[in-house]
Amino acid sequence: MSQVPSDLKYAKSHEWVRALPDGTVEIGITDHAQHALGDLVFVEVPEAGRSLQAGDACAVVESVKAASDVYSPIAGTVLEANAALASAPELINQDCYGKGWLMRVQPADAGALAALLPAADYQTLLAAEGG
Amino acid sequence: MPFVPHTEADVREMLAAIGAPTIEALFDEIPPQLRIQGLEGIPTALSEMEIGRLMSERARQDGRPLCFIGAGAYEHHIPSAVWAITTRGEFYSAYTPYQAEASQGTLQLIYEYQSMMASLTGMEVSNASLYDGGSSVAEAALMAVRAHRKSRSLRILMPTTVHPNYRKVSITTAGNQGLRFETVPYARDTGCIDAAALAAFDGEDITAMVIQQPNFFGRLEDVDALTDWAHARGIFVIAVVNPTSLAILKPPGEWGTKGADIVVGEGQPLGVPLSSGGPYFGFLTTRMEYVRSMPGRIVGRTLDLEGREGFTLTLQAREQHIRRGKATSNICTNQGLLMTAATIYMTLVGPVGLARVAEASAARTSELLAALGRVPGVRLAFDGPRFHEAVICLDRPVAPVLRQMEAAGVLGGLDLAGDYPELGPALLVCATETKTSADIERFATALGSALKAVRAA
Amino acid sequence: MSARREKLIFEHSRPGRGATAQWPGPNPDAAPSTVPAALRRRSAPLLPEVSELEAVRHFTRLSQLNFSIDTHFYPLGSCTMKYNPKACNQYAMLPEFLGRHPLAPDSQGQGFLTCMFELQEMLKEVTGMRAVSLNPMAGAHGEFAGVAMIRAYHRARGDLARNEIIVPEAAHGTNPATATMCGCVVREIPVDAEGDVDLVALAAAVGPNTAGIMLTNPSTLGVFERKIPEVARIVHEAGGLLYYDGANLNAILGKVRPGDMGFDVIHMNLHKTFSTPHGGGGPGAGAVGVSQRLQPFLPIPVVGRDGDGYRWLSEADMPQSIGRLSAFMGNAGVLLRAYIYMRMLGHEGMSRVGEFATLNANYVMARLRAAGFDLGYPTRRASHEFIVTLRRQAKELNVTAMDFAKRLLDFGFHAPTTYFPLLVPECLLIEPTETESRETLDAFIEAMITILAEANEDAQKLKGAPWTMPVRRLDDVRAAKQLDLAWKPPTATLSG
Repeated sequence: MSQVPSDLKYAKSHEWVRALPDGTVEIGITDHAQHALGDLVFVEVPEAGRSLQAGDACAVVESVKAASDVYSPIAGTVLEANAALASAPELINQDCYGKGWLMRVQPADAGALAALLPAADYQTLLAAEGG
Repeated sequence: MPFVPHTEADVREMLAAIGAPTIEALFDEIPPQLRIQGLEGIPTALSEMEIGRLMSERARQDGRPLCFIGAGAYEHHIPSAVWAITTRGEFYSAYTPYQAEASQGTLQLIYEYQSMMASLTGMEVSNASLYDGGSSVAEAALMAVRAHRKSRSLRILMPTTVHPNYRKVSITTAGNQGLRFETVPYARDTGCIDAAALAAFDGEDITAMVIQQPNFFGRLEDVDALTDWAHARGIFVIAVVNPTSLAILKPPGEWGTKGADIVVGEGQPLGVPLSSGGPYFGFLTTRMEYVRSMPGRIVGRTLDLEGREGFTLTLQAREQHIRRGKATSNICTNQGLLMTAATIYMTLVGPVGLARVAEASAARTSELLAALGRVPGVRLAFDGPRFHEAVICLDRPVAPVLRQMEAAGVLGGLDLAGDYPELGPALLVCATETKTSADIERFATALGSALKAVRAA
Repeated sequence: MSARREKLIFEHSRPGRGATAQWPGPNPDAAPSTVPAALRRRSAPLLPEVSELEAVRHFTRLSQLNFSIDTHFYPLGSCTMKYNPKACNQYAMLPEFLGRHPLAPDSQGQGFLTCMFELQEMLKEVTGMRAVSLNPMAGAHGEFAGVAMIRAYHRARGDLARNEIIVPEAAHGTNPATATMCGCVVREIPVDAEGDVDLVALAAAVGPNTAGIMLTNPSTLGVFERKIPEVARIVHEAGGLLYYDGANLNAILGKVRPGDMGFDVIHMNLHKTFSTPHGGGGPGAGAVGVSQRLQPFLPIPVVGRDGDGYRWLSEADMPQSIGRLSAFMGNAGVLLRAYIYMRMLGHEGMSRVGEFATLNANYVMARLRAAGFDLGYPTRRASHEFIVTLRRQAKELNVTAMDFAKRLLDFGFHAPTTYFPLLVPECLLIEPTETESRETLDAFIEAMITILAEANEDAQKLKGAPWTMPVRRLDDVRAAKQLDLAWKPPTATLSG
């Protein structure tokens, strides 16, 4: 059973979003997503300063059997990407909600998070997908 | 039935196991109105003896003229061992090495090939081959667009000193994705890229520049200055090189201050016969930082369950069978067997032998040009450093001259009238280590007689 | 196969050694080189220095680490690993053919061009198409030519909005990748439970943006697409064209033709259907055939008849051509091999190909079903291939299709295609081809039955397989993370 922390918001495309006290957000991929991909061998993160629309493909996570785009759950500007992933993509497998975060984003609209799924709804979605 | 081993009893028993009355019944899901009854338009079967005789007659019809054409396909000595080993069934009739444990021979050979090509071109990584020289230029242009993090213009500088057919293939292949190839002219006195013309692109967003060395005319470009010019403007450099020449010429990885970014070319000179244009193979090498933007298969060395070294296809998530519509290329089948031949060729000639082949080819071309210089009505189009090819100008139209020479059993070079009409009657000629002084004398005599005959006509 | 290993060629190398008989002799009369010092190479490339015998032994030993058609049954689905007759190689490698320069005049290649022209004619006959270009060098290259022609056709009519290519979800990965390379947008549509295209989804997907649809028939699911007449009607009525991926042409040779099914453009994998070698990954040849309306757009060059002779047609003859796909004339030597193969089969043998490929596939399918294997499409006939799904075994016994595949290697059989098509979980796509004898098929079936029993009794035999190959299972994650793609001399490693 995948972990779905209750304090995060989720996108249907299996990304999570954490609201930080300073109004910025942290974004990563969910436990379900990292498990489906298997051992990650490479992560391509966006450059700081890039502006994103919700749904933009903004990162690539690659395992030996798949390479998947990561879609930004919200519109905003990339403040910082997780540089540690360049040499240690396995951080996503080991700790996808912590050390395996992908990027920190300044949301264009502070209310955008409200449109995302709460943990319970995401869990329902996973159950419906058979995961 | 050729190549079908079934006896009548086999067929009977197999149909019984299936539960079908006839073989015909196995096709009962095909809508009947679509069915055909045989292929009468195909000729009757030939036995091996008959086809052997037919093919020998056809081959004899084509003969073996003395050939001084180069232009991207070069006649070199091929050691007997190259094709004796390449056509062993274990290489010849194996599939792509997807089942690594049952394909270690092919995989290790590809790893050795990648190592040789990376070193020859002065780069860090090589793929396991592309279709040919022309398509590899197109793939390099597409790769540059993917790998370049800043330029979004899709504009590629394409000098006219690049093989005309490579330019055409690039447009066919990459044009549909919006790439634009901007022409850069050559200087009429040198036959090299016109450096002054490059100024027109100063300050513009250009993704990459293609530099062929030696260029289509056989001339050596000032690759250091060109590479530095491009890099100073954030333009990627795509080197198109002749692998034989790299035994003596500076590898693209050392061009200018930073070296070229992507290196491609036609692998045919490395042990692959001329064979009417194929199968050849394209090669592509680059720096490690761009490895994930590369098209085509790549082999890596790794360990097995017991910690022993082994080889496997790697970075496959770039490729079409996994990444589908977002793959770096649609290439699947490559030119594996030709890459095999090239690896054996490079091993047999080694670093010393390859340099000897390169030097001997260059020397034979110099000898050829000296001999042709003594023929009235012939002059060298461009003077200056060259490898093993050159353009000569004639005082009569080229086509009838070539026809006369052909009658004497000599193929005198490539008529440039179609692609470079501004040169007037011009002929691209090439000599490699396979040509003797007697061959060169025969060429000079045939050219002299042909010119005389055309003048008289 | 013995579990032998072979050092890297670089580890055999010794400075000063060489196969000197292969080097050109010194030429004392040579003029001084024109290459200036600034353009010269400063250090020698890292090529091995070995004797001829060492080279021959090394590469012969490497060859012995491979499975191949000549040594092993190779039932790789969708790859058509049939016998490659030796005559095809021998007579394509006559010295006159090998020595002919691609830019030699047509007058000096009439023997070769006659073969190419007749090959074009034969391919037209077996596919029911109007015209053929031999230029593309592989299946995916032919796909590119085909979709580029579809685009050129719409553009030439001023129909500029058509940039969508429809592909069924089970398609080869090359189909969507090709569409992207041609600047098109891919729309995937589902197939129904019996493996046919979902016509409702297709009807909903087509429209004024539809450039065409790419289909393989028989499909990658190993079954004939029965609704092909309806598919053709829906796509044509919407203004799109039909592209036939010839990967599975072997199944229907002499029985039904893509041209008659309504396809406008097709590519043929000559290295599958017409038995040219796979060569450890290539070369292939992906000749394309077209209906009349696409003929002007064929890639150049094409062989044309000119009076009593033959010549390559180029830009001047075909101004609407999509252009050149290769520097010269495509994989000419491969085309010669296909020509020889087709002449040796003749019309009688050509029809037998489809028949016996289908017989072999249905036989193996029937026997595996009887032995307790689950089929991907149990209500359907096999085409020349079929799908076994190990979903049940994966769930109940925790053995995967990959485990089965690796264990088959220990029995001396190359594995079938695994995990393709992605649509069927834990699948093996099995294609025996017509050139395999019943005894070989029986031995393969017995091995599958034995492995199934092992899966029930001692799954470790599968999970740890292969046991008898030169290496055990390889660490793909390590390969992709700690990239080691080229050998470096030990000293260079030490100095970083």
